Amino acid sequence: MSLFDKFAPLAAAYNRLESTKSNPFNVTFDRVLSPTEAKIGNRLILLLGTNNYLGLTYDSAVIAKSVEAIENFGTGTTGSRIANGSYDGHNQLERGLADFYGRKHAMVFSTGYQANVGILSTLAGKNDHLLLDADCHASIYDGSRLGHAQVTRFRHNDPNDLANRLRRLADTPGDKVIVLEGIYSMLGDTAPLREFAEVKREWGAYLVVDEAHSLGVLGETGRGLAEAEDVETDVDFVVGTFSKSLGGVGGFCVSDIDDFNILRVASRPYMFTASLPPGVIAGVMEALHQVRTRPALRHRLIDNARRFYFGLSELGFSLGPEPSPVVSALMPDPETAFAFWSQLLEAGLYTNVSLPPATPKGLALLRSSVSAAHTPAQIDYALALFADVGRAMNVIPLARVRKAV
Amino acid sequence: MENTIGDIREMIFDTLRSSLQKLVELSDQTNIVNDLGLDSVAVMDFVMEIEDRLNISVPLDKIAEIETLGDLVFTVRDLKGGA
Repeated sequence: MSLFDKFAPLAAAYNRLESTKSNPFNVTFDRVLSPTEAKIGNRLILLLGTNNYLGLTYDSAVIAKSVEAIENFGTGTTGSRIANGSYDGHNQLERGLADFYGRKHAMVFSTGYQANVGILSTLAGKNDHLLLDADCHASIYDGSRLGHAQVTRFRHNDPNDLANRLRRLADTPGDKVIVLEGIYSMLGDTAPLREFAEVKREWGAYLVVDEAHSLGVLGETGRGLAEAEDVETDVDFVVGTFSKSLGGVGGFCVSDIDDFNILRVASRPYMFTASLPPGVIAGVMEALHQVRTRPALRHRLIDNARRFYFGLSELGFSLGPEPSPVVSALMPDPETAFAFWSQLLEAGLYTNVSLPPATPKGLALLRSSVSAAHTPAQIDYALALFADVGRAMNVIPLARVRKAV
Repeated sequence: MENTIGDIREMIFDTLRSSLQKLVELSDQTNIVNDLGLDSVAVMDFVMEIEDRLNISVPLDKIAEIETLGDLVFTVRDLKGGA
């Protein structure tokens, strides 16, 4: 058993959780009824932690396209695009993404995680430098580790710190590649992208922005933070995922750089994985079409996000710095976060617990994600449950307070 | 300028003492994860403090190799010396 000895501290922590019978890392939904409701056993659960931002997983047109593709092309591709060929759908989706972003090129990956791993491990070579925001997602860190570039971490959302680190590297040969996110997944905060773009231009670096949580959420047409901040020309590569606002699974990267397609035969996470099944590709195509043609979805999402964020703020919860579809309540410690989470689930509301090292600054978070599919009544119901549990656990004051923002 | 190994050690230990919640005896043999209870992100955050104080950047692959405070002291000294 010595092989597993190294996991002993982790196993002890995990078993402590299991013994409380409220393990957030081990929830199973027996049925899913809609983007906002599921059943655990016979209990109806309101879903407020599934990143289903536009609620498209049960959209009738998305389902119809997906079913049609399965009937015409089968359930799986049973191979990688390099070794076993592409289907027309893969190419169509890539053209659709390139067109949506107004870019020359697009590449589709089998997961969002793989898109980051595949792009970052390949873009920056042995003598190049990756500069990562401190709060970047694990897939960005893992992609950096898979490659051979030197990796530097800069302070979260701090363009001056990035500039300092670029200055230190000024005399070191090799290209510099900066990696940021549109909306950060833990606290729902956005990057000061204009200032970062300025630093990028000043130092002649490349810029990669991961819009995983901001695609379909931010920007006039839903392209994300770069569109909202009007700095798209400064962003050399946009990475994103299909598994949030687009309701499927998979990831992508778009770019205007002429030689982009060489990555198809250089990026190992792209080359050595089975490609996305036809049903997923067709569903994502339709979901992307809906992002482009139904801006009302985005407006409803933002309304719901603000309703929930300011509702929690008024109750006295400490939250992330700005309203966004990711709404995280800061808990005093992991134990409180678990107990809070478990009491909400007991009452019929599903949220997420996020703990260090996945969270910044050692924070214990009770994380919610809001959907366009939520009704205002569902948001208010969730707020009422947060109020009850928060007061019972002394996380918020008993009386309603109006917090100065 | 804090450039000698002794200066660097003292600076790292001082920075650590002011950020640690509990009182721990520090030496070159102190294991950063096991003895100080820092997780992977907390280690990177702590190294950032040192980077700012000395105007250096410690690449992540170097941080990954660091197990003890002594490892950190010598890594920082090498980077500072090479600057």
